Amino acid sequence: MLTRRVIPCLDVRDGRVVKGVRFQGLRDAGDPVEQAARYEAQGADELVILDVSATDEGRATAIRTVEAVRAVLGIPLTVGGGVREVEDARRLLEAGADKVSTNTAAVRRPALLAELAERFGRQCVVLALDAAARLEGGGWEVVVRAGKERTGQDAIAWAVEATTLGAGEILLTSWDRDGTGLGYDLPLTSAIAQAVTVPVIASGGAASAAHLAAALHAGADAVLAATIFHDGHTTVGAVKDALAALGLELRR
Amino acid sequence: MRVHVVSTGAANLASVLAGLRRAGAEPGLVVGADDVLQAERLVLPGVGAFGAAATSLQAAGLWSALQERLNAGRPTLGICLGLQLWAEGSEESPGVAGLGVLPGLAKRLPTGVRVPQLGWNWVEPGRNCQLLQPGYASYANSYALREAPEGWAAAWTTHGEPFIAAVERGAQLACQFHPELSGPWGQALLTRWLGAR
Repeated sequence: MLTRRVIPCLDVRDGRVVKGVRFQGLRDAGDPVEQAARYEAQGADELVILDVSATDEGRATAIRTVEAVRAVLGIPLTVGGGVREVEDARRLLEAGADKVSTNTAAVRRPALLAELAERFGRQCVVLALDAAARLEGGGWEVVVRAGKERTGQDAIAWAVEATTLGAGEILLTSWDRDGTGLGYDLPLTSAIAQAVTVPVIASGGAASAAHLAAALHAGADAVLAATIFHDGHTTVGAVKDALAALGLELRR
Repeated sequence: MRVHVVSTGAANLASVLAGLRRAGAEPGLVVGADDVLQAERLVLPGVGAFGAAATSLQAAGLWSALQERLNAGRPTLGICLGLQLWAEGSEESPGVAGLGVLPGLAKRLPTGVRVPQLGWNWVEPGRNCQLLQPGYASYANSYALREAPEGWAAAWTTHGEPFIAAVERGAQLACQFHPELSGPWGQALLTRWLGAR
């Protein structure tokens, strides 16, 4: 039976892991290679590196970070940030990513997803979908540019369209919950998981193993978290033990 | 140990090279058909579409050399699409012939489960397996073989329905999962294959 996945996320800028609430107030949180190796040893099922650099120089550094992480990492690696063209994805894959995620660029130009899937296969293409509850009228809308812009586009319809075009997985982040520690947006997670047939990774808001369990029970195939693992409050292994005790199927 | 890796032009090559290095090998890339025929050990990785990969191997002039090598029982490792290419064909690309070393077709994973299958699933080796051991392996696939090929020892995994996780015969091993992404379990399998005769 396919197990549920626990996926730590490293936000990386200029070769260092950074952390902050909603990408504001970033502070240094360590060496990505050291953290990647530690997470794998703790039992992480996969690793996501999100390059939050804003400059070309930063992007070039991110390639070297991916190469250095790949050398030590024996589990799947997804890398996102700045993927606008097939060529951007090719560079990351050549450096050692197994999957690439794309966010704003795919919203602006959905054909990118089809181009990526045709070249690398859809199992390689992750749609990073940032969603926020509509200010009026219910439902969720797609937000882009790291939350700066609400598009008005329906998040569920976009998830379905993206998987039709070529996305083989959805990394779903609740913009309302990200960085709050209030837990994942469960109605959003459930709605997207029911609307698509590809795997869905829940993200945004986790502060405890109970939050992760709730997202998995709501239909997520995997859960992504950053903050709870970074400060050494808990380990991936301890979280997986807690999830297994709740009856969830995990690799241990 | 020197290992030659076929570049199929698609992704994931860096992960395969890194995984082989961690298992103690010195990987290098195949340049032409002579490498395919003469390499002490050969790896055929692969992600992407069946038809595109077959076309790319043919265009590179490697196709008949791969068939010759596999039919001669020379030490070879196929990974993911690399396994499917050993078969007769795939539902993914109707009408495109595979290498034909394994009987049968790669078929789409069933409806009712998440496809692509992304993540870790249990591998249960059949009785005759020498290299394959039970454990969790990392998958990224939408297609798989469904029937055990005659003359090969097979391991099984279930995603909706049982499918072929891997097959082995002597020093020939083909895995639907990614040993290079399957943690210490996968690295141990790579090490056993590197030592297999």
